[in-house]
Amino acid sequence: MDSELSVIVAAFGYLALLFVIAAWADRRARQGRSVIASPFVYTLSIAVYCTAWTFYGSVGRAADAGPSFLLIYLGPTLAMLSGPLIIRKMVRIARAQRITSIADFISARYGKSSRLGALVALVALIGITPYIALQLKAITLSHAVLMHHPVAPSGVTSAASFLSDKSFWVALVLAVFIMLFGTRHLDASERHEGMVAAIAVESLVKLVAFLVVGLFTVFMLFDGPADLFARAAAQPQLQHALGLSAVPGGALGWIGTLLLAFLAFLTLPRQFQVLVVENVDERHLLRASWLFPLYLLIINLMVIPIALAGLLLSGTGSDPDSFVLTLPLSAGQEGLSLFVFIGGLSAATGMVIVETIALSTMVSNQLVMPVLLRATSLSRRLRGDLSGWLLGIRRIAIALILLLGYLYHALIGDAYSLVTIGLVSFAAVSQFAPALLLGLYWRGACGLGAGLGILVGIAVWSYTLLLPGFAQSGWLPMSFVEQGLYHLSWLRPYALFGLDDLDIYSHSLLWSLMANIGVLVGVSLFTHQNRLEQTQAALFTGALTEGIDTAPLWQGQTTRGALRDLLKRYLGSTATSRVLAEANATDNITSIEASVATTDGENAAAMDASASPQLIARAEQALAGALGSASARVLINSVVRGEALDMQAVLRILDSTSQTLEYNRRLEQKSRELARIGEELRGANERLRELDRLKDEFVAMVSHELRTPLTSIRAFAEILRDSQDMPEDKRAQFLEVVVLESQRLSRLIEEILDLARLESGRLTLHPKPLDLVALTRQSLAAVQHPIEERGVHLEAIIDLDEAQVVGDPDRLEQVIINLIDNAAKFAADQAPRVLLRLERHRGHIRLSVEDNGPGIAADERERVFEKFHQLAQQSPASGHTRGRPRGSGLGLPISRGIVSQLGGRLWVEDADTLDGASLIMELPDAPREMQAS
Amino acid sequence: MAKVLVVDDEPNIVLSLEFLMQQAGFEVVTAEDGESALTRVAAATPDLVLLDISLPDISGFDVLERLRAMPALTRLPIIMLTAHGREVEREKGLALGADDYITKPFSTQALVDKVKALLDESAA
Repeated sequence: MDSELSVIVAAFGYLALLFVIAAWADRRARQGRSVIASPFVYTLSIAVYCTAWTFYGSVGRAADAGPSFLLIYLGPTLAMLSGPLIIRKMVRIARAQRITSIADFISARYGKSSRLGALVALVALIGITPYIALQLKAITLSHAVLMHHPVAPSGVTSAASFLSDKSFWVALVLAVFIMLFGTRHLDASERHEGMVAAIAVESLVKLVAFLVVGLFTVFMLFDGPADLFARAAAQPQLQHALGLSAVPGGALGWIGTLLLAFLAFLTLPRQFQVLVVENVDERHLLRASWLFPLYLLIINLMVIPIALAGLLLSGTGSDPDSFVLTLPLSAGQEGLSLFVFIGGLSAATGMVIVETIALSTMVSNQLVMPVLLRATSLSRRLRGDLSGWLLGIRRIAIALILLLGYLYHALIGDAYSLVTIGLVSFAAVSQFAPALLLGLYWRGACGLGAGLGILVGIAVWSYTLLLPGFAQSGWLPMSFVEQGLYHLSWLRPYALFGLDDLDIYSHSLLWSLMANIGVLVGVSLFTHQNRLEQTQAALFTGALTEGIDTAPLWQGQTTRGALRDLLKRYLGSTATSRVLAEANATDNITSIEASVATTDGENAAAMDASASPQLIARAEQALAGALGSASARVLINSVVRGEALDMQAVLRILDSTSQTLEYNRRLEQKSRELARIGEELRGANERLRELDRLKDEFVAMVSHELRTPLTSIRAFAEILRDSQDMPEDKRAQFLEVVVLESQRLSRLIEEILDLARLESGRLTLHPKPLDLVALTRQSLAAVQHPIEERGVHLEAIIDLDEAQVVGDPDRLEQVIINLIDNAAKFAADQAPRVLLRLERHRGHIRLSVEDNGPGIAADERERVFEKFHQLAQQSPASGHTRGRPRGSGLGLPISRGIVSQLGGRLWVEDADTLDGASLIMELPDAPREMQAS
Repeated sequence: MAKVLVVDDEPNIVLSLEFLMQQAGFEVVTAEDGESALTRVAAATPDLVLLDISLPDISGFDVLERLRAMPALTRLPIIMLTAHGREVEREKGLALGADDYITKPFSTQALVDKVKALLDESAA
């Protein structure tokens, strides 16, 4: 091509077209008819990932290193597929906190730390500068190829004066262009809609250009893909070059490069800008998560055919990075060549525009503004509207960034191929990944750890990638690379600690990330976060949880006027009015105040009114959108008095921190324990009360029982005393009553004491082996006479020769006599009978005593064993005999107590032989070794 | 000659009361439980009742209540004579219309005096 003019006209025409598109999109946005609110535009803007490096470098890398170029695109594909998880979280946080850049994001995550933000901005500046240089180099190189083909361009930058260096002019033009449409407005709530629209168009242009040159190659230079591959297959060295074996670093290299691309896609400032900051709708992310990989697939489809064709047709003398241009040029297709050049220009300018805007935002918000705000004397001199200053700072930053890019390109750039420069940048920005990703998911990650991690990571990166690059440019002795620092072989930059079977990028990534993550985790584990940092960590990690999607509220006091002045100073009046109006609309503030705010407030009273926490938060957001969160915080602090954060909100957020959770868990446990103890105490108290009641009852019953015989004794004693002339037989009868009742009283007292001992467990038995047959006969002998005297027929059936049991003989005799006595009492009036039977029953010795009385109803059977329970005795109508003594109601309870203490049972059943009740006692056999001889 | 009904299920106590009342010059009727006490009151029309509380069938309180429920007997002197010495029981007996509440063991002289006094009172 010989017409330099036509190339320049085309290039400038293209830039002018972009500018028009951007201006148009901006105007549409102001009218509320955004052109970028579409997942397709969002996807195309993300495609800013594909730079001149993709456009020219992919073919070059395919020709050099086989299909490894694909990894650079597989990484982002993976990242986009995980977008609904990771990126959605970042988008939501960025929206809630008005994040302006990745430096702002990381700074905000770690307690709005301005130092960390500055560090990230600085590292990004250092890491990205080579990448910008790469684009300048690509533009200059492609222009040279276009002009001088078929002469291979060389020594482009060797000119003595940079004024004759075309890349200087390229940088200058780009700087002016970016200033024109990147910094027309300040407030971030007004996204860079124009820029996004322009970038989307650029992505479309570069895709079409690449496709066209690919199709031209396959179908015009060859007869379709089959022909191309058949001819390539005929050349064995080509087969080798495109085989998997050509990938540097082998399988590990694959993983290293994949990881590198994955991390860089999330941490490159320009990717963060388009993916997160410029995202207008979270839902676009879902669509983009497969649309963007599709874009990458299409643009990569043509890489291998072009590389093959280039290698087949151009011979060895040609630079593979330029195949896309040289192929149509060699075929004499000048129009197509120009189109391809524009495509490459699209790729390069797109990247430079977004990257520079992102970097300039960081430089002004994270590097310059904090310094300005801190230097109070300076800020005092800067009274008045500062929004102009901010724009100025950004414009200067843009110029400086492009100048840096140019200098890098001019001084070092030639030492590297396109791909190499790109990968060095990737490795640099990957150092943000630990702070970014761990910060999203690990609440404990702290700012100090993040900062030190990035510092250490970037140091390792410098040593393993940057310094060797300087050495290759001749600035450092090559021996440093070959023999290591101080000639220590384990310090060789490309083979640290002897690890030399990786490609240099994977090698650098491995060591730098390991050091970075190690320091971040290690320091975080031993550092306490301050309150703001804890709050932010909770907000970031919990961003996808419902209910935690807002920034913490301010609690301090300030006036609406003070806030308005602050906003006006940094945002200008128009933006300030809009912010206040929006806040009023959402706050439901009275219409008077609202109108005051919108008419820029002459009403002093309204301006003296205190600002609501929501308004303060809104103001901070607006400032953060312009200045970054750290500076916004400093500024709000300067006008708000009192406790900065709403402690309620902070506590609510911190409520779910692990320590609090643990504390809560313990509290809950304690209160559960207390409740349980309380329950137990209540139960115990209940039982005590019941026992107390029973005791009262017992005492009442005991006194009643004792009074009865005592009554007779006293009555007759007094009668005997007072009646001197009583007949002898009466006197004898009464004396007999006194004696009997006294005996009854003594017996009763004995029984009560027995019962008391039984219940308290203090009744001492003297168990020994004994023969129950003998004991029963002995008992029968004792009661036979008195019982039969009362007219009761007593009969005994003893089927055993002997029955060995263990028991206290005296007590057992007491029980047996009590049972017989009891039965005699309840036997029928007419022909009363009692039947005692001693037998063996299912391995036990069983003694039963039956009577022929009315029996005991089933529901009464257990109650006869209650203290003082007395069954109604024979009906009085039948002439209750006076000779039959009344029971105390204690005999059966005492008997049961004794029997059970001896390991036996005592209960009531219906009688077998007679009609009445049967009281049955069962005792276990004595163990053989204890049996009495 | 005034007639006294002795209601008690303790034979020896009945024996002593019977002797005391006879010696004091009263005719004595006895009952060993609540139901028979009620029939004796109807049949023998006593001038005074000595009433125990712990009876085999119904309690002395029930007997008292049922006696007082009969219109003809509202003024019949009734002395509760019982081993239940708790204050609540005493109050209950008086509330149900007993003329006196004497706890066992009792002073024979005091009892006889009381019976005489009540009979004089009702005769007046």
